[in-house]
Amino acid sequence: MNSITEGLWKAIELLLRLDPEVFGIMFLSLRVSGTAVFLAALLAIPLGAFIALREFKGNHLIINIIYTLMGLPPVVAGLFVYLLLSSSGPLAPLSLLFTPTAMIFAQFIMAVPIVMGITISAVKAVPKDVVDTAISLGANRRQLVLVILSETRIGLIAAIITSFGAAISEVGAIMLVGGNIRFFTRVLTGSVVLYTRMGEYGMAIALGVILLILAFIINSVLTYIQMRDTT
Amino acid sequence: MTHYLDIKGLSKRYIDSWALRNIDLGVEKKEVFGLIGPSGAGKTTLLRLIATLEQPSEGTIQFDGIALNGLSEKGALMIRRRIGFVFQNPIVFKRSVFENVAYGLRIRGEREVSIRKRVKAALELVGLSELESRKATTLSGGEAQRLALIRTTIVEPELLLLDEPTANLDPANVALIEKAISEIVKSQGKTIIIATHNMFQAERLADRVGFFLNGKLIEASETNNIFKRPKDERTRSFVRGEMIY
Repeated sequence: MNSITEGLWKAIELLLRLDPEVFGIMFLSLRVSGTAVFLAALLAIPLGAFIALREFKGNHLIINIIYTLMGLPPVVAGLFVYLLLSSSGPLAPLSLLFTPTAMIFAQFIMAVPIVMGITISAVKAVPKDVVDTAISLGANRRQLVLVILSETRIGLIAAIITSFGAAISEVGAIMLVGGNIRFFTRVLTGSVVLYTRMGEYGMAIALGVILLILAFIINSVLTYIQMRDTT
Repeated sequence: MTHYLDIKGLSKRYIDSWALRNIDLGVEKKEVFGLIGPSGAGKTTLLRLIATLEQPSEGTIQFDGIALNGLSEKGALMIRRRIGFVFQNPIVFKRSVFENVAYGLRIRGEREVSIRKRVKAALELVGLSELESRKATTLSGGEAQRLALIRTTIVEPELLLLDEPTANLDPANVALIEKAISEIVKSQGKTIIIATHNMFQAERLADRVGFFLNGKLIEASETNNIFKRPKDERTRSFVRGEMIY
C-alpha cells in the first residue's frame, strides 16, 4: 500500500518537476504509438471499407482472419517483426532492430487488424437505405465510400481509440524489437517493467500513473470528437 | 411507338415470390404518372428497378431511348444522375440540413457560390430556411421528408420518382410536400412517377394513374377514367375504398 501511495506522489512530483528523462520517455511513447496507429488507420480504414462493401470469393474467410488477428498477442507481433529485422531476417540490411522505427513497425502490425476489424463492423452496420440514397443522388464509387465512412465516423473514432489504447499499453512487442535502451527506445511500459524488476516500485507506479494520464488525455480528446457527432 | 419511359414485360422475382409480373407501361415526357395500389402491390419495386437500384428478372426498361438493363458502371452513373428518387422513409446523412441538401450539387462539382444560392432557395421552398444549420438527424419526420424532396430535386433530375412521399405524415406536412411537388411540376416541367396508396393524392397530382395489385398492373389510364370510370372490377373496388388489404 505504501508503494502505491509513494508512486502516486512520485508521479505528481515527476510531472511538476518536468523531469527531462520522464518527458523524453513520454514523448517517445506518444510518437511510437501515435505514428503506428496513424499509419494503421491510413491503410486499414480504406481496406476495411473495401472488404465490407465488396462481395468477393473468400470475403468471409478474410473477415474471420481479421477478427481473429484483432486478438493478436503483442509479443507475437513483436516476434514477427524481430524475425524480419534480425541479422538473419530478410530486412536485416535496413538495420532497424532496436530502433523506434522497429517499435512503430511492430505496433503497426498489431493495430492494423484492430482498426480494420472495427471499420468492417461499422461499415457493415450502415443501413442499406443510406447506400441507396447516396447512389440515387448520383454518387460514384469513390463518393459512395466517402459518404459511408462519413456516416460511420463514430465507429472509426472508436477503432482509433481502441487501437491507440492497445498500442500505448503494450509491452511485449516494443521490448522485443526496441530493446528498452535508455534515451533511445525506452517507453513508458518498458520503464514500468524495468523499475519493477529493479525493485523500485514507487517509480514503476509513478510511470504507470503517467501512462494512464496520457491515455486519458488522448482518449478524452477523441471521445469529445465522437460525442460531438452523436448529439 | 417508344415512350419516354418504356417498360416491356418487366418482372422481378425475389427468392420465393414475384414482386412484379410482366409489366408493360409507357410514361411520356413531362407527365405526372401515379402508381396506386395496396401495400405489397409492387409499386416500390417498380420504382427501384427504374432507378437502377435493382436489376429486373425479366423484361426491359428504356429511359429516353437508353436500355437500363446491363448498363456499365459509368453508364448506370450517368442514368442515375438524370433520375431522382425520394424514398418512403427519408434517410438523412449525419450532417447539417444545408449539407444534406447541398450533397448532390457538391458531388457534381457545382461551384460554392451557386450551391449556397440554390440550397437557400430550395430550403425556402419547403419552409426549412431556419433549420439550415441544424443536424439533419434531429428533424421531425415531416421535415426530413421535405429535406429529402429538395435534396433530390435540387439537382433537377429529368425523371423524378417519388415513393409514398407523404406516408405517415400529418396533414400540414402533406400539404407542404404536395405544394412543393406542384411547384416543381410547374417550374421545372419534370416527368414524375409517384407511388401512393393515398388515392386522393394521386387524383390531385397525376395526369394518368396505374392500379397495381399483387405485382400486376391491372389498369392504367387518365386519372379521371381510373377514378370515375374504371374498367376493371378490382380497380373499382380499390378506388371506392372497398378493397380489404
